[in-house]
Amino acid sequence: MRDVAIVGIGQTPVGELWDKSLRQLGHDAIRAAMADAGIEQADALFVGNMLSGELAGQEHLAALLADFLGMRGIEAAKIEAACASGAAALRVGTMAVASGMADVVIVAGVEKMTDTLPAETTAGLALAADQEYEVAEGATFLALNAMLMRRYMHEYDIPHSAFAPFPVNAHHNARGNPNAMFHMDISPARYEKAPVVAPPINVMDSSPICDGAAALVLVPARRAAEFGSGKRIVRIAASASAVDTLAVHDRGDPLFLEAAYLSSHKAYALAGVTPADIDFFELHDAFSIMSVLSLEACGFAQRGRGVDLGESGAITLSGRLPITTLGGLKARGHPVGATGVYQALEVVQQLRGDAGPNQLAHAHIGMAQNIGGSGATIVTHILIGED
Amino acid sequence: MHIARNWRVKKQRYSLHGEICHHCGAKVFPPRDICPECAKPAYDPLQLSGQGEVYSHTTVYDAPAGFQHQAPYALALVRLEEGPMLTAQLTDVDPKEVHIGMPVEMVTRKLSVEGDEGLIQYGYKFRPRMMARAA
Repeated sequence: MRDVAIVGIGQTPVGELWDKSLRQLGHDAIRAAMADAGIEQADALFVGNMLSGELAGQEHLAALLADFLGMRGIEAAKIEAACASGAAALRVGTMAVASGMADVVIVAGVEKMTDTLPAETTAGLALAADQEYEVAEGATFLALNAMLMRRYMHEYDIPHSAFAPFPVNAHHNARGNPNAMFHMDISPARYEKAPVVAPPINVMDSSPICDGAAALVLVPARRAAEFGSGKRIVRIAASASAVDTLAVHDRGDPLFLEAAYLSSHKAYALAGVTPADIDFFELHDAFSIMSVLSLEACGFAQRGRGVDLGESGAITLSGRLPITTLGGLKARGHPVGATGVYQALEVVQQLRGDAGPNQLAHAHIGMAQNIGGSGATIVTHILIGED
Repeated sequence: MHIARNWRVKKQRYSLHGEICHHCGAKVFPPRDICPECAKPAYDPLQLSGQGEVYSHTTVYDAPAGFQHQAPYALALVRLEEGPMLTAQLTDVDPKEVHIGMPVEMVTRKLSVEGDEGLIQYGYKFRPRMMARAA
């Protein structure tokens, strides 16, 4: 197996991008990543996307993008794992380069969610759940997360207000990210007064529906110096993935993200690190409850104590474990199949020292975790900045 | 959902047919071909009692297509007496009165309607347990 490095990154702003088509979004991010890496061609393109078939009536997306980019002849395939599609595509790209089956691989995440009416987009997101035993009974993706949050608050006797630091931190950090969807702070008071959408979840617990695309260029680490413009080389020290039951109700303990535990601990072993070595963590804050469950399963907090990391300020840019350093899903936005690629890209920005006003003082080892469905697929990557 | 797809799940949806693994004794709903506990492939049928309690719950305001005429409605994770948990709507109850631990029982109700010419789907919902009300 060969070490793999990320030598190019590119992204579009996240938001309601009515003037950009699915193919245009993919094009813009991929061309930016290719320019950053200094390449004109690649061996393969892997595209993370969840909803192009459902919302745009367009499958065969990777071939479409390769064609639109003038890259006929290369290998291209779409990778789908619900909201974890982006990180799943990164993992496939990593395997392709590590195995020696390809040398220069582009990994993109692309999603277009705002052309359709909200009810159609919501129905599309529910495709990540079990159609026969969750959705046919009236469940939505939001409702499943709401039931997890209520149970968590019940078991550990935690008030809703204890979750406020997560969206407050995400919104604060998004102000320093020009590509983020939102650029306004929210206060804990505003969080507590936000309209409830599925009790106990309110609007400020929930990531927005949006469009966006991000892309990475992967090459063998020993060749990394041939690419890019002299920026710090970022090595993919670990790539790991695990699944859990598709339906929340089939888990013995729904408040423990088994797939997060498995993929993060595989990743720690692969990278030769412990949770204490992780300088910052781009986690999957699709809903506030997911941030907390992820922190606990990955070993950053005891069970029932994940909210303490919010209260203590550990999750802020100057804290012990900064999270969502460029806005996270809550405030950068959550273009579902693209999110995992945005997360890895933002880890690269921090490791390169290119995170602008949000640059962390100490960024050597960064982790990204992308969650599909309500925890059925969880992919963890650890990236290390080479000295 | 298409006709054949509904027809295939009629036993579990209308009468909570589950399975018991004769290797490890795990009680399972819905039926699978592989036991989720021991991963072995053998099963005997099990008729579940339909008695359970609310593990967690929420209220759905933004209902998906087919459910809009029922919104807002209470949705719950219900832990059955035999062990398995399932996702179901609660019925015959004000969503504000639902609480974790509430005893509930299965009833067969209309789940969703696919427009004027589409299918009407029936299946399980749960209501507050009648015995508990009387007690």
